Amino acid sequence: MPNPYLPVPAKILAIQPQTPVDYTFKLATDIEPAWGQFVEISLPGYGEAPISISDAGAGYIELTIRRVGQVTTALHRLNPGDTVYLRGPYGTGFPLAEFAGHQLVIAAGGTGVAPVKGLINYYANHPGELEGLHLLLGFKTPADILFRADIERWQTIFPTILTVDQGPGGWPGRVGLVTEFVREIPLKPHARIIVVGPPLMIEFTVAEFIKHQVNPEQIWVSLERRMHCGLGKCGHCKINDFYVCLEGPVFNYSQARNLVD
Amino acid sequence: MGYKLTPAGFGALLDELATNYQIFGPVRYAGKGRLAGTDLTTYGPVRSVSDLVWDARTTFAPKEVFFPVKESLLYFSGQEITEPSLEMKETLVFLRACDLNAVSRLDKIFLANGPEPDSYYARRRQHIHFVLMECQEGFPGCFCVSMGTNMATGHQAALRLENDHYLLQALAEPWIALGERYGQPARVEPVWVEKNPLTVRVPERVDIALFQHELWREYACRCIACGRCTLSCPTCSCFSVQDVIYRDNPERGERRRVWASCQIDGFTDMAGGHQVRADRGDRIRFKVLHKIYDFRRRFGINMCVGCGRCEEVCPEYISFARCVNTLNQLMEVQGRDA
Repeated sequence: MPNPYLPVPAKILAIQPQTPVDYTFKLATDIEPAWGQFVEISLPGYGEAPISISDAGAGYIELTIRRVGQVTTALHRLNPGDTVYLRGPYGTGFPLAEFAGHQLVIAAGGTGVAPVKGLINYYANHPGELEGLHLLLGFKTPADILFRADIERWQTIFPTILTVDQGPGGWPGRVGLVTEFVREIPLKPHARIIVVGPPLMIEFTVAEFIKHQVNPEQIWVSLERRMHCGLGKCGHCKINDFYVCLEGPVFNYSQARNLVD
Repeated sequence: MGYKLTPAGFGALLDELATNYQIFGPVRYAGKGRLAGTDLTTYGPVRSVSDLVWDARTTFAPKEVFFPVKESLLYFSGQEITEPSLEMKETLVFLRACDLNAVSRLDKIFLANGPEPDSYYARRRQHIHFVLMECQEGFPGCFCVSMGTNMATGHQAALRLENDHYLLQALAEPWIALGERYGQPARVEPVWVEKNPLTVRVPERVDIALFQHELWREYACRCIACGRCTLSCPTCSCFSVQDVIYRDNPERGERRRVWASCQIDGFTDMAGGHQVRADRGDRIRFKVLHKIYDFRRRFGINMCVGCGRCEEVCPEYISFARCVNTLNQLMEVQGRDA
């Protein structure tokens, strides 16, 4: 019987610091994830952590990892050429078929941009699949902005609102919470919406879209949990009768609104 | 096939079994109880017929025989990762009907839920065989009849202690051969507990609006998040995965899993210190609804088997049964008002 807990080694191809605490790791692997899925990354002796896949291509995936705990601190000490261990991919990705031919709005806050970065890049390369893509990206301060090069490219392709919660003097861009800018997006009746970010950001941003006549069925969210197995066994990510690692992390909001911790 | 055995005959039967099997059952450890001067009744190796305890419920459930409290998943040696091998003798577990039903709940999580079976659980489980210990009547706080777990299937044999002898219902080998050898043929029909003093009414549906009900606030004050209820539960299956480095050789270590509890602090901790269900009342709600509602929505059967252990071990006298009955009343009131 195959051992689903056995990770496979993956070489670090490159490490790109996004901020002093967020690094993007490019890892050599044959994993072909759906956008929105996650992997369990581990370093023997330090532990395992579920991390969403922030981008992928032939022979590699990218993970954008914030240094917040034991495993991520150890990962941040590594160099290109070092080896990490992977299991996955796990969970459901974003339902691209539901988006095809429709206007799509992606609202993402902070590290919540990571799980949608690959999807946005996919649409940047396949713009014909959608009837327009609007981006609404929020970060705490200008210093917290992730994926600057990607965002600059997206700004030339898609209507993009980039905002920070607090802007110091000299910040030329928007200041304010993501929720404040929803009204600026010219929503079409059948628009599809993705909201990813911290729990409160998701709650209030979704409420704002619903205020603008968007049905819950038109909204998808991605939930964060600390999965210890990714296989529906350990129980850490269970909400009601769902397992975020199996039925999520991407949920349609008509379902997610009934998930009560 | 039915057989009647004397204690000596049954003892000889166990001795023969012990050559091929390891045998676990409810045993009593004198003086090891939680309070001074009390005994601990729990699962342990059965060496003789007199070891088997018939007159008490075990504090802990038989699950630890095949779902160890702590289990090594992988060993690390430098860059090399190896899987621990398992050489396990065929294992017999003597257990009650509720606990045998609980095994099917564990099987659902470990073997059926998710994309593939849990290989560590599966490789132990295939060596486990069950012998049912019949209950004449339940223990205080049991509600197996309410949960439909007073009857059981999946055992090789059923055993009943009757006055000065044992009655054995042999359903498979090696029990038929052993019964022939050590007992006298007898007519043995299974006996099930048909009534518990305690009745628990499980609501068919639990409205999400009840998640905010003040019922849970009482538990927020009373529960001390010790986790005893979940550690004694025959169906709790949650675990955490952690890495350890051996202190005397930092080049080597292991990844292991240990039992975890949704009642204990840290269960939902996420990156950056964020957690859900910080409130203990919410944790009780989460556990209770899993046992009597969420699991059933997913697998078609209730997770709780009505063994009554969680209530017995709770230092705060929190009654699971009372909580479920209260929920049922609230749903009935709601149904009437609707």
